[in-house]
Amino acid sequence: MGKNGQGDAEMLKGTLDMMILRTLITGDAHGHTIAKVIERTSEDVLEVEQGSLYPALHRLEDRGWVSSYWGASENNRKAKFYRLTATGRKQLIRETTRWRQMTRAIGLVMGDKTQTEGGIG
Amino acid sequence: MSWFHFFRRRQSDAELQQEMESFLVEEIAENTARGMSAEEARRQARVKLGNVQKVRENLWQQNTVSSFEKVCRDLKYAARTLARSPGFALIAVTVMALCIGAATSLFTIVRSVLLRPLPFRDPSSLVAIYEHFRPAQFNQDGFNYNVVSPADYYDWRNQTHGFQDMGVWHWWQFNLTGERGELPEVVTAVAGSWNLFPLLGVQPVFGRTFAEAEDHPASDVAMLTWSVFQRRFAGNPSIVGRQIHLDGKPFTVVGVLPASFTYPDAKVQVWVPYAAPTPPEWLQYHDHHQSHVIARMKPGVSLESALSQVGAVQYREHLQNLNAPVAEDVVPRNLIDDLARDVKKPLIILMCAVVCMLLIGSLNVANLLVARSAARQKEVAVRTALGAQRFTLIREQMMESLLICLAGGSAGVLLSLSATRWLASAWKELPSAQGIHVDGMVLAFACGLVIVAGLAAGLLPAIASTGNSVFAALQATSRTAGGSRPRTALRKGLLTVEIAVTVVLLVGAGLLLKSFLRLQSTDVGCDTGKVLTLGYSLDSKKYDKQDKVNAFNETLLDRLRAMPGVRAVALGSILPGAGYGGDDVFTIPEHPPLKPGDELPDALYRTADPGYFSALRIPLLMGRFFTAQDRDDRALKVIVSSHLARQYFPGENPVGKHIHPPAYGNHDYEIVGVVGDTIYQVGKPTKAAMYFPILAGDSDRGMTLAVRTDSDPLAISIPVQKQIAALDPELPVSDVLTLEQVIGDSLLNASFSATIVLAFAVLSLVLACVGLYGVLSYLMTLRMTELGIRIALGAQREELLRLMLVDGMRPAVFGLGLGLVGGAVATRAIASMLYGTKPLDPAVFTVVTGALLLVALLACLAPAWRASRLDPMQALRAE
Repeated sequence: MGKNGQGDAEMLKGTLDMMILRTLITGDAHGHTIAKVIERTSEDVLEVEQGSLYPALHRLEDRGWVSSYWGASENNRKAKFYRLTATGRKQLIRETTRWRQMTRAIGLVMGDKTQTEGGIG
Repeated sequence: MSWFHFFRRRQSDAELQQEMESFLVEEIAENTARGMSAEEARRQARVKLGNVQKVRENLWQQNTVSSFEKVCRDLKYAARTLARSPGFALIAVTVMALCIGAATSLFTIVRSVLLRPLPFRDPSSLVAIYEHFRPAQFNQDGFNYNVVSPADYYDWRNQTHGFQDMGVWHWWQFNLTGERGELPEVVTAVAGSWNLFPLLGVQPVFGRTFAEAEDHPASDVAMLTWSVFQRRFAGNPSIVGRQIHLDGKPFTVVGVLPASFTYPDAKVQVWVPYAAPTPPEWLQYHDHHQSHVIARMKPGVSLESALSQVGAVQYREHLQNLNAPVAEDVVPRNLIDDLARDVKKPLIILMCAVVCMLLIGSLNVANLLVARSAARQKEVAVRTALGAQRFTLIREQMMESLLICLAGGSAGVLLSLSATRWLASAWKELPSAQGIHVDGMVLAFACGLVIVAGLAAGLLPAIASTGNSVFAALQATSRTAGGSRPRTALRKGLLTVEIAVTVVLLVGAGLLLKSFLRLQSTDVGCDTGKVLTLGYSLDSKKYDKQDKVNAFNETLLDRLRAMPGVRAVALGSILPGAGYGGDDVFTIPEHPPLKPGDELPDALYRTADPGYFSALRIPLLMGRFFTAQDRDDRALKVIVSSHLARQYFPGENPVGKHIHPPAYGNHDYEIVGVVGDTIYQVGKPTKAAMYFPILAGDSDRGMTLAVRTDSDPLAISIPVQKQIAALDPELPVSDVLTLEQVIGDSLLNASFSATIVLAFAVLSLVLACVGLYGVLSYLMTLRMTELGIRIALGAQREELLRLMLVDGMRPAVFGLGLGLVGGAVATRAIASMLYGTKPLDPAVFTVVTGALLLVALLACLAPAWRASRLDPMQALRAE
């Protein structure tokens, strides 16, 4: 997903799920919006491939972390909206905590004095 | 992923497409807003979306239960492979259908007869108790459950406290007549003690069971079983409280038993209290054995301690009646085994035979599969080289055998439905206390069989064919002479086992068949051809005096003798070969008195009319037959069998001497004649017998009539019955059969086991033959090039024929050797079922060896001959 991070598919797969959940915390959104929000908030460092986005959304739905419904988009077009569920919210908290610990640990190993959050080299 | 998603994959895919469509539209709109041309906006959006197909595939995969998907694909593949060679598929499926069908049928019967609990309250605490004689001669054939005397039962019940309760019953037979001219009939009845139904936990559907006060001699209450209630009384509950006539005497129906209660046999129609049908003094006898005792164990009291109390009482009885046949001991018997009577052993043997056949069927399918997998060796090698996992390949091949077994199994279960019904109706000795039918357990058994057979048949060839190194397999061509050694070794190994099992089956079948033929050719001791037999019983109300009985009998016999086509007529209590009947002890006044503890002389009890012996053509050896003057209570005459004369009058002339049976009053009976021996049951040795004049009168009023005719005896059965009806329209007759049928009935069990095992054995022989033929044909194909070269180099055709034959016969001979050894061991198990045949009968073993070698030779000859006739040019070009 990351422009510079092809080698880390395994780790990044988990982070995509987490980021989708994070995006949905501000309100229901459809696929296009989710991708756009992730790209914009990452200052266009991360580009969400649709090939990963949709299977990820379906996977999250399977696990009951998001629910979906068909609605009208901002431009009044038919779109499938996703909403964060209660278990999804708990999952987000869990994953965020784990992610913070992980990045801090990696940061320490890499000799960073200052703690970074969410940055990938 | 979950099954839910699996089954709505299509819908999910459609949704995804729609979703991506909406993404495109959004993106295009956004791009256009940024000032791109319509064309460029669309292109950029598509670039952004990427490969739509890939996303769909991704999701599809994500929603798939992958193992199930693979299984489905393998199934499809296997079905197509099988469809490509329908001949093979058909043979394999038929083989499996026959094997699984037979196994399922037998299991159904075994389950119904031996495994299912009886429909009583807490059946596991019920036990049957028999008397047990200690002397060795009673224990020769390992079966010593002697029915109980009434007085013994009463003593057991009154003097011991180890059991919760004990019930008792014995067989009886009644003439059932109606008040308003309904047809008379002979019904099988059981006289059961009043406490038997509460003991078993059986509730009547209508009315009540017997009360304690009703269980006395001359009691006049009865219960109906469900079958007679439905059949004769149209299921009308108002019969309860009304009267029926049994042997001319009115009995009040007090209750109707439920349909589920068919103990001890489904043919029972009427129940009466235990003491009701017999004279009062009969209940005092310690040496009249005919009753069956059922006891319910007391919680907390072990069977051993309860039995030891009963045994102690019985031993006291024995000591008090030293010369009478009163057993020393008692023995318990499981109620299910008790009901299964004589069929347990044949059933187990048939079950073994069917397992053998199933094994052969599986081996055969395995053998055929090995040949097919050999043809696909290259394909397997290529796929292995391309990275296919061994497990995947094995799974794929297994699928084929599973499919065969599945198809065979379904056909087999259908087959077994009708086969079971046929078996249950044709096998008369099967106890029918519970219906025999297919249930869930049986179906589960069939499914298990299918899976086991499928695995057995598929696993071996699959593992063998995938284990080879890729390199060797790709290098090997059929040009490498001799084919692949391990593969043919495996096939030959399978074949050897198959033939060995076949030989075991053949030996078993041969022994059973020989024993059956022996039985069939047994000399009964009389001329059994063209004799019609039937039974009737004169009730004691209408025929209250001996004169009336004699008048009826003599009038009937005279009328029958006058009928055209009738040669001679005999009347007696029981005919030769028709069963044990009963026996009695006696003393011989001319001999010194017996020492205490000596067994009293004992002989079968029979009655006979003056024409009995000449009509049945039983030879007179000494003295004379009865005459019409040997009648009424003062005719103290008896005729004895040659066996009795030999056993109890060795070196003496018995004629003129006397026998003194204490059971018939205090009289000496003069021996007036000695007649030839007859056997009471085919397969049993002869036993001493004594015949009393039927005209002299006797408590037993059951008679058997035998009519010797000029032509087909059954053709005369209606005129004979009309003569009886003309004399007494209320007298029913029973068991209208030819004497040959009567004797044949006792052979039924033997003929049944022999026929079925023989059928299995022949089928196995055919299967083994097909296997042999298949292996050799396959070997020949593999060695085509080699053979072609040999012929081109000048090999003699006879030499080639011999080469191929030896190759094919080797597994047959190995298998035969193994099978003969196995057969010698296995036949020990059936030794007790054999009559006049030793388990290691040389004739049977020789015939089996000869037959197997001959059949194997024939099976090998065809491919071997073809090999020797090869055209070398064609053979070499074929590759």
